[in-house]
Amino acid sequence: MYEISLLTVMSFSVIFALSLNLITGFCGQISLGHAAFYGIGAYTAALFTTDGGSFWLALPLAMAVAGFFGFIVGFASLRVRHDFLAITTMGVGFLFTGFVRQQEFLGGEEGIAGIPDPGIGQIPYMLLCAAFAAAVIAFSLYVKRSWMGQAFDAIATDEDTARTLGVDVARYKLTAFVFGTALAGLAGALFAHYVKFVEVESFDFIESISVLAMVIVGGIGSVWGVVVAAAFLSVLPLLLQVFADYKLLIYGVLLFAVMYFAPGGIDSLMRMLWRRISGRRTAE
Amino acid sequence: MNYSDLLVQGLVEGCIYALIAVGLTLVYGLLRILHIAHAGIFTLGAYVGLLLTNETGSFAAAFVITIVAVGFFGMAFYRLFYEPILNKPPHVALIASIGLFVAMEEIYRLIFGATSISFLAPPLKDTVEVAGVRLEEGRIVVVILAVVLIGGLALLAGRTRIGIAWRATVSDAAMAESFGIDLARVRYINFFVASALAAAAGIMVALLLNQVIPTMGGVPAYKALAIIVLGGLGNVKGTLIAALALGVIESFGTIYLDRVLDRDAIAFAFLIVVLMIRPQGLFARR
Repeated sequence: MYEISLLTVMSFSVIFALSLNLITGFCGQISLGHAAFYGIGAYTAALFTTDGGSFWLALPLAMAVAGFFGFIVGFASLRVRHDFLAITTMGVGFLFTGFVRQQEFLGGEEGIAGIPDPGIGQIPYMLLCAAFAAAVIAFSLYVKRSWMGQAFDAIATDEDTARTLGVDVARYKLTAFVFGTALAGLAGALFAHYVKFVEVESFDFIESISVLAMVIVGGIGSVWGVVVAAAFLSVLPLLLQVFADYKLLIYGVLLFAVMYFAPGGIDSLMRMLWRRISGRRTAE
Repeated sequence: MNYSDLLVQGLVEGCIYALIAVGLTLVYGLLRILHIAHAGIFTLGAYVGLLLTNETGSFAAAFVITIVAVGFFGMAFYRLFYEPILNKPPHVALIASIGLFVAMEEIYRLIFGATSISFLAPPLKDTVEVAGVRLEEGRIVVVILAVVLIGGLALLAGRTRIGIAWRATVSDAAMAESFGIDLARVRYINFFVASALAAAAGIMVALLLNQVIPTMGGVPAYKALAIIVLGGLGNVKGTLIAALALGVIESFGTIYLDRVLDRDAIAFAFLIVVLMIRPQGLFARR
């Protein structure tokens, strides 16, 4: 049932990557601590279901708690910008891991084991994750075209100009943070009930960088590019041992190489390719 | 432990943070790049210093060779990786730098192995008593190094032609260039100095812990980022004060905050509290 686990992993990775894409891609707010919200979702859901709560209630609960913390961190984005914000969000990630490590009720260093199975079987669980991923893709595409997406884009391009034009910058930034972090919480809850074990290392700085790599490689702000990048980068370590051994080296080189040679990521490469192909056709 | 012990330990830590953070803030002040890969250079300094000491038997010789060699490495690093992307939007250099740092750690793991390596005969391990506090010689050397190197840097910046060129470039690069200052040269020297300081910090941390591992750059480097933000990005004096303050706060924090937060998260808790009150850092850029 190897393919099933691949598709499951792929699905919650796509959700996680798209959730960051909402904040960093659409709204232009670089976050270096997004794994914290993935972690908040995972821990919330894990605590709730190990305590006897229903899996179906755990999902919205994880979203609500992650979104609530996202709302608070969103206020930071109103106070500080650009490089300051990058370091602040990185700090949020460290605060999360630093806090969890010292808390007994969160399992401290050992984490939480024995998270109950959602009890719907492997294939339905995969389908559930895939359905959520599809819904998040649809939501992202919808947001991108909506009035809100235009406002996000204006803020990402030039915040001061957007403000001058009457865009309520604070409101849209907070909205982006709440949506993005709540979706990260959903991905975290799905992840926790797939591996049935959460520990703080799964949500550290490296994890934040890995998800950032998915967004960067896919193309900042591009929905399909990020979906493709997240799908590939999440399952490659499971498919190829070489990739698993050198995962961080590959992520590091990819981050650098994409920024250096093709800052638009897969999205802009595909567009370039498409233009060349269609250009040749019209020429013929 | 009594208060004077905690204070002294905190100041020693603070000096290490200062050695790392000053380099970062110099790079930021000149190029507006958050040079995350600085942490990789710190680790490189630790490896080279430790291996050279084990090879030659002389810590002092190894120290000098390492900081010079790593300084040149920093120049090459800038030339290869940063110079070509200087004119792109700011997030480009930031993300490229993160990628470089992650890749560097992995390369160290491949070359030197994932397990730690130690000094064959750890130098400067005797303890001496200074003003009623027992201290390892290594810790005293850290403080002396920080004072000498950063003090030397201040003299260099204040009294020499190259220092004047450097300050002019920081305040207005285009204007400096029109007065005939060679910007490329200033940037090379900047990276040389920053990388040499990071290497010095790396060797001293390796010495105090008596081990070097591929991921040792992570935690101090992230803290250094917090420190330069606290100090008001690009402000050297602010960075120094923030570094020492953080060392002391952490040292007391491990006693009083340990049940809530792990030691390494204190820097960021402090950072976030400060930024929410003063978004420009404790000390704004001049």
